[in-house]
Amino acid sequence: MAQFRPPTEQASLPPGGRESGWGWFGPNLRMILFTLRRLLGFAVTLLVAALVIFWLLDLLPGDPAQFILGINATPESVARLRGQMGLDAPAHERFIGWVLGMLQGDFGTSYTQRAPVAELIWGRLGVTLPLSIFAMVISMAVGLPLGILAARRRGKALDTIIMVTAQTGVAMPNFWFGMLLTLLFAVTLRWLPPGGFTPWDEDGGAAFRGLILPSLALALPQASILARVMRTALVDVTGQDYIRTARAKGLTMGEAVWRHGVRNALLPVLTILGLQFAYLVAGTIIVENVFYLPGLGRLIYTAISERDLILVRGATIILIVTVTATMLLTDIAYALVDPRLRERSIP
Amino acid sequence: MRRLLSHPSLVIGLAATVIFLVIGLLSLVWTPYPIEQIDIGRRFLEPSAQHWLGTDNLGRDLASLVMSGIWTSFLVATVAVAIGVGVGVPLGLAAAAWGGAVEWLVLRLTDFVFAFPAVIVAILITTLIGPGAVNAIVAIGIFNIPVFARVARGGALSIATLDFVAAGRLAGLGNAMIAYRHLLPNVMSLIIVQGTTQMSLGILAEAGLSYIGLGTQPPATSLGLMLDEAQGVFLIHPWLTLVPGLSIVLIVIAINIAGDGLRDAIDPRLRQGNPNVLA
Amino acid sequence: MSLLDVSGLSVRFGNTEAVSDVSFTLQRGERFGIIGESGSGKTLTALAVTGLLPDGAAMGGAITLDGAPQPQQERAMARLRGKRIGMVFQEPMTALNPLMRVTDQIEEAIRLNEARGAPEIEVPNLLHEVGLEQRHGDRFPHQLSGGQRQRVMIAMALAGRPDILIADEPTSALDLITQRKVLDLIAAICAQRHMALLFISHDLKAVGALCTRVAVMHRGKLVETGLATSVFSAPKQPYTQKLVAASRFDVLPLSRPPIGDTLLEVDGITRDYRQGGMLFWADKPLRAVDNVHFSIARSECLALVGPSGCGKTTLAKIIAGLDRATSGAVRLGGTTYHGSDLPKSLRRDMSLVFQDPFGSFNPRLTIADSVGEPLRLEPELSSETKRARLVEAVEAVGLDAGMLTRYPHEFSGGQRQRLAIARALVTRPKLVVLDEPVSALDVSVRGEVLSLLARLQADFGLTYLIISHDLDMVRAIADRVLVMEAGRIVEEGKPGDIFARPQHRLTRDLVAARLPEVG
Repeated sequence: MAQFRPPTEQASLPPGGRESGWGWFGPNLRMILFTLRRLLGFAVTLLVAALVIFWLLDLLPGDPAQFILGINATPESVARLRGQMGLDAPAHERFIGWVLGMLQGDFGTSYTQRAPVAELIWGRLGVTLPLSIFAMVISMAVGLPLGILAARRRGKALDTIIMVTAQTGVAMPNFWFGMLLTLLFAVTLRWLPPGGFTPWDEDGGAAFRGLILPSLALALPQASILARVMRTALVDVTGQDYIRTARAKGLTMGEAVWRHGVRNALLPVLTILGLQFAYLVAGTIIVENVFYLPGLGRLIYTAISERDLILVRGATIILIVTVTATMLLTDIAYALVDPRLRERSIP
Repeated sequence: MRRLLSHPSLVIGLAATVIFLVIGLLSLVWTPYPIEQIDIGRRFLEPSAQHWLGTDNLGRDLASLVMSGIWTSFLVATVAVAIGVGVGVPLGLAAAAWGGAVEWLVLRLTDFVFAFPAVIVAILITTLIGPGAVNAIVAIGIFNIPVFARVARGGALSIATLDFVAAGRLAGLGNAMIAYRHLLPNVMSLIIVQGTTQMSLGILAEAGLSYIGLGTQPPATSLGLMLDEAQGVFLIHPWLTLVPGLSIVLIVIAINIAGDGLRDAIDPRLRQGNPNVLA
Repeated sequence: MSLLDVSGLSVRFGNTEAVSDVSFTLQRGERFGIIGESGSGKTLTALAVTGLLPDGAAMGGAITLDGAPQPQQERAMARLRGKRIGMVFQEPMTALNPLMRVTDQIEEAIRLNEARGAPEIEVPNLLHEVGLEQRHGDRFPHQLSGGQRQRVMIAMALAGRPDILIADEPTSALDLITQRKVLDLIAAICAQRHMALLFISHDLKAVGALCTRVAVMHRGKLVETGLATSVFSAPKQPYTQKLVAASRFDVLPLSRPPIGDTLLEVDGITRDYRQGGMLFWADKPLRAVDNVHFSIARSECLALVGPSGCGKTTLAKIIAGLDRATSGAVRLGGTTYHGSDLPKSLRRDMSLVFQDPFGSFNPRLTIADSVGEPLRLEPELSSETKRARLVEAVEAVGLDAGMLTRYPHEFSGGQRQRLAIARALVTRPKLVVLDEPVSALDVSVRGEVLSLLARLQADFGLTYLIISHDLDMVRAIADRVLVMEAGRIVEEGKPGDIFARPQHRLTRDLVAARLPEVG
């Protein structure tokens, strides 16, 4: 089929058209519908992801009941345990049971750690989530202003310095940067601990200090990417017609870019921000290893090596929920900033 | 071609990339020492004439390990990019050429795969079949698929509205021929530029996965694995982390510089200047 | 002393001089027009006057406003331009900030020019002055039509109560009726405010309708300056003569085969586009074409005119087999089809020439590959015959067969449009659909392309369906005219009759919106 999209300008909103008919409620209702549609997509994605994970891990050879009881167990006792664990039920029943359980906060029980999976994951998220959030805040606070500065000083020495730094930062594996930070701040300067973690309820200050180096390590590559994206977006925007219009009104180039350019340039940056946070959460898994932090990553390694499938399954689904939820929030934020997006139909 | 080579950053980046690639290729036929050769007696040696970069905690020759690791990085990243291009680009072009339900399906599929960062895929694969270099390739390759699909679709959509595509349909071309004859050649430059980006991301991801033990396994080696092995002793022997780490940084910078140069060389907006001031 | 005095202005980009030695003056309240084709340097001249030249441009010469030179400091220049010079640009689609409500954008222009009155009062006044209502102010730019956006631009330009309004092709992106309304608005406001106008356009008629004095610009130089009446009626320079002649669409009458029996019949075509909505709930579909009936006879030249968005292009695409009708049918010869289901064997009898000569060739293919593409519809031809057909088509449009191995970027817009016509002829079709065949071309080559189309029709006995919004072009070449509005055909007749005695409201508006001939 040949694709012709209808002439959108006239079609989307004839002068005095739909909007005035909807009255004040119009734009808000459209935003609500947009959000609902995205929420539906979010739910479907999660359901399919759960299905994929369940199916993959169900393919595995080996019997968890056998694993728990060891090779010397009698077939009868293994069968009894299988029954207790619900492993005898058909796959679709077990899947539905798993999903319904998760909706009520029950992720099953880890058979190696002998504890509810939800509790184990929740404990580890106390490290992983703050770490991701700190890293995100740092990377935005550093990356965005530097990107704006470089764009405004395009072609000057400062631009070159910022961009060379960013080029290096993008190329640096975050875990290796973490090792370098440890060497400098923990070994040479002895300002901060080289690794390990004090739980928040024992000593909040110590917990915070333990997360400074890891979040810096995570933030550097992200800040570099943000600076580059911000600079490109702003340079792109600077060539737009509406910047020329703003200058014609009587604004200087700098004022025009500040008042009209930055907000428009933030749109592409917002998309990147969403992706970044999602992958930061995944990146913490790697950086935890450098600093011996008891986060989600270490929980998962242990689970993999001990073949604790219920735990692996629960932890991966939690990671996917985090990633997908971040993308959902990014979409909604984007629509809030850009009035054009709210009115566009699917996809 | 001459126009491309007039961009200095492209030439410098490309030259540096090729040098690393040659070093990596060389490791296939020759390394100063076999990388499996463990000699505890000769461990933690300083760089010298016999061991250009010294030896590691097992007495292996660091230069040989780095050469071999560079090869692993290139191999994993290249195959992962090939997976991404091979699956993603046809999907993206199909979405643009067919539209409708095909486009919807491709978009939902890419959204869905985006929900699986490479680390998660690697975790799942490792749980399934145990650790290995293939895991890294598959995990990074899967991650690359939606990236290339999106880039190809985005580029193709802006091409698809142009009249020569309609002219092709008038000439009786089907969707597949439109995609092959008119869309693909015009999005190729976008794909190449994205390819360099995914290449460098792939090298970083491989290092990360091998570092946490989900990628390359001994006795083979990779730059990430070398960092993992140095982890226990790096506070005393920082040199062991500096060598592989710096190698990663330099390769990635080389590829990124080449990619930026390529983008400048083929970006029509930069080439033609701002059209609306000269109208 | 002149209000604006430009003397010896030059603009250079590196080694290329885009504007050289341009001098003119503008008196208080005067309306001055600069005419030039694309690339003539007219826009750069306007940007130089406002100090908005792009990075990398070097300016020479002197520009004074009330005898005072342009301030060197960027901020002073910016404030000066806000206060004294209003600007309206060509692209209403992109010239407004998409994220800001219209009222806020106008208000900003007012606030920048301190002590000009409270924005709460000024904004409604300005909106009213440019013919917009208060509710338009509460919208975002994408919620306005092109004409409305251009009105917003004018309101912003007026906010600083400037002495000079510079309008750079303010209407070339608008359709005929809107264009006339915006031009009238500019004229009225300039008269009311006693504001000088510097009007820049490629359109002689628009300049003729607005300006008392004109300058003609060509390759960066002013070739002729004088009173509008004398320049248009007695152009001295050859370039000006060519422009004036081209604006009149003089197509030589040729002996043509007589109009024959019915070739194609359109029977009740309707096209709906699905829009918005969710899975279980769809918005009312947009009806682009609404139950259209008409027929075309052999060797006839039928024109379909109407404002943008009236559905004429959609209709053309259905006839050519690119889009599919929601209901209704087209009959060609003995075959009935509904659009994209046009059988392959019939596609060779039909071709389409597109509007934009730059988008109609794949930059990665040679001209031979592109022009020869429709020959795939005739697989029975041998490769020698195909080659002969290519050469024949390219020579028929007055180009050399040696150009076949070259790539599209080596050709000018006019040449590409000739090549597009060659591609349309290569299968020796019966019906050629021409979608705005000359509107994207420079004025001076429009006449050539139209003459070529007329000659080809005479030589090959072609049947044309021309889609256009340009009444003058239609009048020059069509045998019969259909007027279309909102998907329906509202009037039909011979061009002479329709334009002399328009019946339908839209036709009357269209005829009234025509700008007077120059000279």
